[in-house]
Amino acid sequence: MAQKNYAGKQIEVTEEGYLVSPDDWTKELAVEMAKEDGIELSDKHFEVLEYLRKEYAAGTALSIRKVGKSGIVDIKGLYSLFPGGPLKLSSKYAGIPKPASCV
Amino acid sequence: MSEVIKETPLKKVMIICAKGTVEDVYAALIMANGAVMEGIEAKLFFTFFGLDAITKKYMNKLHTSTVGNPALRMPGGLPFPTLLGALPGVEAGVSAMMKKQMDEMDVPPVDEFLDMITAGGGEIYACKLAADMFKLTKDDFSEHVKDIITVGELYAMSGGEGTQIIFT
Repeated sequence: MAQKNYAGKQIEVTEEGYLVSPDDWTKELAVEMAKEDGIELSDKHFEVLEYLRKEYAAGTALSIRKVGKSGIVDIKGLYSLFPGGPLKLSSKYAGIPKPASCV
Repeated sequence: MSEVIKETPLKKVMIICAKGTVEDVYAALIMANGAVMEGIEAKLFFTFFGLDAITKKYMNKLHTSTVGNPALRMPGGLPFPTLLGALPGVEAGVSAMMKKQMDEMDVPPVDEFLDMITAGGGEIYACKLAADMFKLTKDDFSEHVKDIITVGELYAMSGGEGTQIIFT
């Protein structure tokens, strides 16, 4: 475990940078997290993040296929929003645990 | 003092699939999709019976073998008798059951899987020798097949540090 300063607060994160507690999440924190990877979050990004947070809270096992069928963005769009890590990066910025799925 | 081992991160995978059973094809598809999801470049090369996975007519009708497959078990864990597996319709039934279980795990049908892989920048190729042998042309293949290539062309694409060739 480690601590990181996001939006003026000390936040508990895992070694890979995922939030330990999804309740620590704020929009400002997501913006700062994405900036570290050189990604500027748009409204579309936030639609995806909010969808992921909602599904995670409902206990859904997430996959890019599910996000692609959410009606928010197709899979190609998801890759262009979160280059190099469509599910990993989006989960990280959404403040939910690292995805455990193989698809 | 412990020695520091420097690892070269994986940058590109070339995945070769030469068989057309559900498990062989899905192993290749899952590995390729997993690669692009991790930001690793992936190229998939289908050859011999693996061509079924990209042939429009057969791609969503793949079977798993119910004959001579010692790891196949009945629900409950009893061995699946080879003689039972030889009966008409049994292989189709078992294959349908497997696909249903995969769908529950969010593993898509082959055409949708190819769609997902190419959406992530992965590339799909068919082997020229096998396509010629089975008298298949670009029209027989899924729209996701980028090209029909020779083994020499495959190797030419395999350059670069951090590249691995995987034969499933």
